[in-house]
Amino acid sequence: MNAHILSLVVWIPIVAGVLVLATGSDRNAALARWLALAGALLGLIVALPLATGFDTGTSAMQFVEKAAWIPAFNVHYHLGVDGISMPLVLLNSFTTVLVVIAGWQVIQDRVAQYMAAFLIMSGLINGAFAALDGILFYVFFEGMLIPLYLIVGVWGGPNRVYAAFKFFLYTLAGSLLMLVAFIYLYYQAGGSFDIQTWHRTSLGMTAQTLMFLAFLLAFGVKVPMWPVHTWLPDAHVEAPTGGSVVLAAITLKVGAYGFLRFMLPIVPDASRELAWLVIALSLIAVAYIGLVALVQSDMKKLIAYSSIAHMGFVTLGFFLFNELGWEGGLVQMVSHGFVSAALFLCIGVMYDRLHSRQIRDYGGLVNRMPVFAAFFMLFAMANAGLPATSGFVGEFMVIMAAAQVNFWYAFVAATTLIFGAAYTLWMYKRVVFGTITNPKVETLTDLNGREWLLMVVLALCVLGLGLYPKPLTDIMHVSVVDLLAHVAQTKLP
Amino acid sequence: MSLTSFVPALPEIFVLTMVSLILLIDAAVGEKRRYIAYGLSLLTLIGAALLTLRDFSSMPVLALGGLFIDDPLSDVLKLFLYLATAAVLVYARDYLRQRGLYRGEFFVLALFALLGMMVMVSASHFLTLYLGLELLALSLYAMVALQRDSSVATEAAMKYFVLGALASGMLLYGMSMVYGVTGSLSLGGVAQNLADGTDLRIPLVFGIVFIVAGLAFKLGAVPFHMWVPDVYHGAPTAMTLFIGSVPKIAAFAFVVRILGQGLESQVTEWRDMLVILAVLSMALGNFAAIAQSNLKRMFAYSTISHMGFMLLGILAGSQNGYSGAMFYVIVYALMTLGGFGMILLLSRAGFEADRLEDFKGLNRRNPWLAFVMLLLMFSMAGIPPTVGFYAKLSVLQAVVEIGYVWLAVAAVVFSLVGAFYYLRIVKLMYFEAPADTEPVAVAPDTRLLMSANGLAVLALGILPQPLMAVCVHAIGASF
Repeated sequence: MNAHILSLVVWIPIVAGVLVLATGSDRNAALARWLALAGALLGLIVALPLATGFDTGTSAMQFVEKAAWIPAFNVHYHLGVDGISMPLVLLNSFTTVLVVIAGWQVIQDRVAQYMAAFLIMSGLINGAFAALDGILFYVFFEGMLIPLYLIVGVWGGPNRVYAAFKFFLYTLAGSLLMLVAFIYLYYQAGGSFDIQTWHRTSLGMTAQTLMFLAFLLAFGVKVPMWPVHTWLPDAHVEAPTGGSVVLAAITLKVGAYGFLRFMLPIVPDASRELAWLVIALSLIAVAYIGLVALVQSDMKKLIAYSSIAHMGFVTLGFFLFNELGWEGGLVQMVSHGFVSAALFLCIGVMYDRLHSRQIRDYGGLVNRMPVFAAFFMLFAMANAGLPATSGFVGEFMVIMAAAQVNFWYAFVAATTLIFGAAYTLWMYKRVVFGTITNPKVETLTDLNGREWLLMVVLALCVLGLGLYPKPLTDIMHVSVVDLLAHVAQTKLP
Repeated sequence: MSLTSFVPALPEIFVLTMVSLILLIDAAVGEKRRYIAYGLSLLTLIGAALLTLRDFSSMPVLALGGLFIDDPLSDVLKLFLYLATAAVLVYARDYLRQRGLYRGEFFVLALFALLGMMVMVSASHFLTLYLGLELLALSLYAMVALQRDSSVATEAAMKYFVLGALASGMLLYGMSMVYGVTGSLSLGGVAQNLADGTDLRIPLVFGIVFIVAGLAFKLGAVPFHMWVPDVYHGAPTAMTLFIGSVPKIAAFAFVVRILGQGLESQVTEWRDMLVILAVLSMALGNFAAIAQSNLKRMFAYSTISHMGFMLLGILAGSQNGYSGAMFYVIVYALMTLGGFGMILLLSRAGFEADRLEDFKGLNRRNPWLAFVMLLLMFSMAGIPPTVGFYAKLSVLQAVVEIGYVWLAVAAVVFSLVGAFYYLRIVKLMYFEAPADTEPVAVAPDTRLLMSANGLAVLALGILPQPLMAVCVHAIGASF
């Protein structure tokens, strides 16, 4: 249909990243910034036809490209999107623009390398969402670790080295086991790395169970699910603002996406059999991590824990095996992309001024930064799941879906409405309201034009998705229904 | 025997003639015009490559009364041997010159070693295999000892020699057992004889055990690895560069010829031995590498683990496995050349950049070289989109194909351990401030080669098919 749109979406950011890298030292920082912005914008523009030209009436892959890549292993360069992956590609391309703008002034050291790392990673993530070949997916999935490792390690805070290693090795552990599963599938599917062929390959229960565990580890680390979530708070606290935004808004989604693209359709029987395990882990994430978030004194860490709790909703929704749960999970993914990005940007705004992320260093911010306080309020409310914000839609759908399956699932999940509100709003209260105790807060200035632009755009997204989520659910509806029907069938031989 | 039967061995004959010439010419022209020996050595490699390409065989040709075989496998491997040797000569030049080791003997020994390796990859007879191996080994012993006034190097050479001789002895003993069982010394004869079945099981298995132990010694697989760290560490880095990279290609051919061609029918016997060697090598190599603070020692242990990985492909005993192992060993040589080459590049007169700290803050001192090293390290760790990933993929695939999924799981777990110490180098280069502020001075041709080396790791990672196809073809047409 449309020629090579997905290739452009994947490769334009990467090529732009290489060009930015070529500008070299910090003498050309301005050039690097503008080039990065141009690359990010171009990446977003070429991704737009995916939405406008998308056929919502079919669950088949669209914008498909296929070419032989490594014939020796029967590996293909095979790209395509359906209603599940298309919104995520758009979300990623959109976030990249935000990240480039967010790092405009903050990053003064090795600007070209910073911008290039983000652009290259953006392209790789798009590739992971669009790949329809197992090895191609793996290359993108793993490849994105390299730029992220550098971003956390080079531009992060004092404990950055520890965080970078932990993040890298945790993720690698999961994905290496997944690689073995992929190779096993290759032989079971008669010598094919094609993901859609894998969906149809029948597998015995033992094989399914082992593969389920491999996928659970690979994607569970990325999501991240309790108890393999510990890398996330470390990485977030130490990452620069842009790194946190990408980490929360995008890379976590790659894990959740993996559940829908790989785990559920490839090993449906084991997934149904062991759904209790994932549901239990998700509920622990929602309830327990919510409590952990409550006691954090570092704002970034608090939002990081809140991310884990919110992603718990996504995995919970997926393993309820009903339409509402899946669509709710997907809406929650997109919504969390906006909300967490916005919250990390808010923290970035404060950090740039005061160089502290500790809640106790703030207080009374509203006196000096009223506009910022208003935006921050909106995003905090969205994080707490206030109706009319995007945060409400996904959570509400998942809780409804859980109620259809089991009252107690819904009950535990609904505690987030209390905990989420508690930790977000309590943090907000301590940071924004009250009297000014720290003399440095007196000197703060309100948002500048660049920050204002970021906030307005994200506020529109959060409100838009909250008030009228139908365009998004329309896009995913047919894909979700068909995939759900597929997952309902047994694959046992 | 007519003169035409020598034709398949033309590259070997050419190299031998040229080495003798270089030896004479260099002795005559002396110190001042050492570049003549350097240039002639490179010319020798180019000439040999042209001769190999000219007679590129599409099917196996036996020559010299069945002692010598010219097949696609040997031709492809020889081309990589020339390439790797040439890279060694270029990388090592400035380093040797600064240390007074830039002598004619270096070129002569390197080329004799190359000749030994060429004989090894083209051998179809236990006698030629052993001949090639000894020519290689003796040249390497002498190379390590070339730095006469260094006690560390002399000690390393001594260790290398004693243990190498022991390994050769074991190999010979095993070969004699197999000869006793089959009555043949040629690989084809052994294979045919064993395929017909033999009731002398015990001497045969005994022989195989000794052969495998000898091979493991030469590869440096655990528990026969003790010499590797000491030799790698003690030898002058330029020699380590050579020992660590080029001979592994020949060793692969050596193992595949003996086990895959000669003892093919006994795969069930030697597979289990290789499984143990591979698992131990991957485990010990990766764990011990973490504890090293010297880069050469770290690479030595990493070599041990890489050899374990390569054995995974061979133990599969299938064409798929052999081509996977071949791909692995070529990629390994490429990465090792880059890794040791980088140490050579960063070293200067009176200073060895072989400690981990010497890589601190390289990104600030020279971003380009840091980036090349980053590619090499991620490739060694097997992270896509570098070629190291496909090397691991191809051997893992072969292992899963024969149903050893647990072995594949063990292998990836150990490679996770390995990722740690490669990441540590990236950490030193990118996350830390430089300790050494001396600007990095690199000759333009060395810099060009290093860039090509690093980019090859990336380019082959994005498009691995050409190299993969070459390996699949070479194995397919030779077995």
